[in-house]
Amino acid sequence: MIRFKVNGKEKTFGGDPDMPLLWYLRDVAELTGTKFGCGMTLCGACTVHQNGAAIRSCSTPMKEVGDAEITTIEGIAPMHPVQKAWMEIRVPQCGYCQSGQIMQAIALLKDNKNPSDQDIDTAMSGNLCRCGTYQRIRAAIHQAAGQTA
Amino acid sequence: MKLIENVSRRDFLEGALVTGAFVLGARLIPGPLWASEGEAAPAPLQPGLWMAIAPDGAVTIVAHRTEMGNGIRTSLPIVLADELGADWTRVKVEQALGDPKYGDQETDTSHSVRDFFDVMRQTGAAGRLMLIRAAAAQWGVPPAECDTSEPHFVLHRRSGRKAGFGELAESAAKQPVPSREELKLKLPSAWRYIGKDNHHLYDLPDMVNGKARYGIDQTVAGMVYAAVERPAVLGASVKSHDDKEALKVAGVKQTVVIDTFKPPHGHQPMGGVAVIADNTWAAFQGRKKLQVEWDNGSHVGYNSEQFRKTATETARKPGQVIRNIGDVEGAFAKSGKILEAEYYTPHLAQAPMEPPVAVVDVRDGKAFCWAPTQDPQQVQKTLADLLGIKPEDVVVHVTLLGGGFGRKSFQDFVAEAAVLSQKLQKPVKVVWSREDDIRFGYYHPCAAMYLKAAVGPDGKPSAWLQRSVFQGSASTSDADVLYPGQDEMDDGWTDVPFNIPNHRAESGQARANVRIGWLRSVTNVFHAFAVQSFTDELAHAAKKDPIQYQLALLGADRKIDFAGTKYQNYGASLDLYPYDTGRLRRVIEIAGEKSGWGKRPMGKGRGMGIAAHRSFLTYAATVVEVEVDNRGQVHIPNVWSAADAGTVVSPDNVRYQFVGAAVFGTSLALFGEITANNGAVQQGNFNDYPIARMNRAPRHVDVHIVESEAPPAGVGEPGVPPFAPALYNAVFAATGKRVRELPLSKTKLV
Repeated sequence: MIRFKVNGKEKTFGGDPDMPLLWYLRDVAELTGTKFGCGMTLCGACTVHQNGAAIRSCSTPMKEVGDAEITTIEGIAPMHPVQKAWMEIRVPQCGYCQSGQIMQAIALLKDNKNPSDQDIDTAMSGNLCRCGTYQRIRAAIHQAAGQTA
Repeated sequence: MKLIENVSRRDFLEGALVTGAFVLGARLIPGPLWASEGEAAPAPLQPGLWMAIAPDGAVTIVAHRTEMGNGIRTSLPIVLADELGADWTRVKVEQALGDPKYGDQETDTSHSVRDFFDVMRQTGAAGRLMLIRAAAAQWGVPPAECDTSEPHFVLHRRSGRKAGFGELAESAAKQPVPSREELKLKLPSAWRYIGKDNHHLYDLPDMVNGKARYGIDQTVAGMVYAAVERPAVLGASVKSHDDKEALKVAGVKQTVVIDTFKPPHGHQPMGGVAVIADNTWAAFQGRKKLQVEWDNGSHVGYNSEQFRKTATETARKPGQVIRNIGDVEGAFAKSGKILEAEYYTPHLAQAPMEPPVAVVDVRDGKAFCWAPTQDPQQVQKTLADLLGIKPEDVVVHVTLLGGGFGRKSFQDFVAEAAVLSQKLQKPVKVVWSREDDIRFGYYHPCAAMYLKAAVGPDGKPSAWLQRSVFQGSASTSDADVLYPGQDEMDDGWTDVPFNIPNHRAESGQARANVRIGWLRSVTNVFHAFAVQSFTDELAHAAKKDPIQYQLALLGADRKIDFAGTKYQNYGASLDLYPYDTGRLRRVIEIAGEKSGWGKRPMGKGRGMGIAAHRSFLTYAATVVEVEVDNRGQVHIPNVWSAADAGTVVSPDNVRYQFVGAAVFGTSLALFGEITANNGAVQQGNFNDYPIARMNRAPRHVDVHIVESEAPPAGVGEPGVPPFAPALYNAVFAATGKRVRELPLSKTKLV
């Protein structure tokens, strides 16, 4: 039995220990904010936080979750500065990749309060966006950094 | 002809309506349905079809087109809201079910605003007039003394009396629906929202807080999950299968064979073996353990490299004439200098971030669907045929789409869920993996293009021959089709705008061995690539500046006379939407100005290129600046796009579409290639079908939208076609290397 927390709530899981955290979140916990895009850590749509660090949940089997604290997009405060910047700059187009983008951006800003464009490229290039919202993602990260400085 | 009743509206608005709400359903004049109208008189106004006002003032507006990042759940409802005099922040948008009563719902071809701008305006204006008349009647004053200068209120100017929309809803509903002649549409100068950057995208908050629900997020009580093992080769069928190991996987319930389609494939399921499970992971795992033997059929011989050779040969020979001006052969015979070039572009996959997925529940003789579809009425037709029920008994809920780009215009993925649900007698969710999306697509065709020009001493062509050979998407409905359709030729081949005295455009034969579909801007992608690359080649051969050269080729501003040529003009009349070369000239000039063309020193490895293209009735010009590093890798520091799309509803959304199109264009210019061998697609995920990441996308895309009161034209697609040729022209400027095939990753620049 795996015992862990999701968005501050205690959870237990006794199913297939190889089930990726992504599918546990989506199909079992019914938290569909975290998305499926590729299943092999190439697109970042599945990004959540494990003890505050960004991970790709599509390739994190439940047996590796251990007793971690998992945070998903649903668990981010009602209006995190990153989400506020995303709204002000109108970052999303179709919006599907944006949960992953936001979770990755939040993790970046936790480690780097004032990232350069290069830092942003490095941190964010694992998150694909087919609609092409990259330049506004970059601008929103700078804006959020400015606001939390 | 039947009255549209309150009850049916209540059904599709899923209980959003309250008694006494401003719903005009009961008072509708019986009339013909939009979709079935030919060139008959316009259907009567039907405000009750599109909106409701509740006693508390909440205005519900129906969005009937598919939201896939195009912003259409905002751009059409806000037009209605503007003419209605509503406060956009008090508007709730409800997605329509698939239903012909809304008219066309097929969201592709960049025509949503073009086709429904007037309908939304008139409907909003009708509602506003009814509210004003109701208030005026209550107050005993002339309606002409009332206005909606304060949003969501009717104000009587002289006395200062006002009443909110909610208060007035019940009495307004009793007003007769006005005729078109009675409507007072706002002058553009009076628009509150249309043409302004003062409103936010309706779905923005939910896209940022994780609450936005896409097709893949849909669940239905009692639902099972399915993963389908499909044949790698089109048309192959299951010879035998062994599910012993698959059934051992925890959560897997059973397997079901899906029959292979009878050609032509249309929107039918490909066929295969479905693994049914109680969660997505178990279905995926069970599928890995299936053993399936296939009967491969005729398409197993398809090899895309071989197709390239054949198509290239075909393009060198005379084909079917699409356009013919003057005497090209005679001019070639007389000319001293001939330039020829061959261009090639491969298959592409749309690869939306949300793979195809659908939930269908077949019960009680009906099919209830939830799907990220670009064409809910096609879902109705396809499922009606497959299940043996009536289209009106197929209830299609259109979810948000995690991208479409044309893939979700084809309903095979919904058909699979329907067939399974009918067999299993329970709701089924079919989830496609990324590999499924890449391998079982409706692909952008491969294209071989041949161009030849005779140039005079001034470098301008006296004759121009262009031949395009590719697999037509009509192969979806006709397995034996040989030539592409008129519409595919009219996407950038029939309508080359240069003023050349001898000009011939042709198409050639090609057979499809994979499913062919539509990828954002369709055949414009390779037609613009060839034409705009060739134009640049001619400019450089003449030692002329590419912008000046192209402007000279365009000649004096004119509306192109297509007499003697069949040209569908994207389904629009040439009276309303002429091909106005002056508008193309203007966007070229703007892109030149904004980019500092010819004025900025380009260092080593840096260069700028331009391309211009009209598609979906919009004029677009793009300048790309590249930097090619010493390893030959191409970086894109800047892009400048100028676009003239006529009247624009949400300028910020339109700019953003062109930004997105530049990134989409980057993927197909630098990386995108789908290949096939032995009938099977060779790519599977983003490792072997890469798309642009943040670090390879253009650093900065600047978009200038021309202010215009011309009728609205397309915005979702027109940014794509000029991008690849502009980039390739920039690479030539930077390196002196002319590349004539996409993608650039296949060529060593250094």
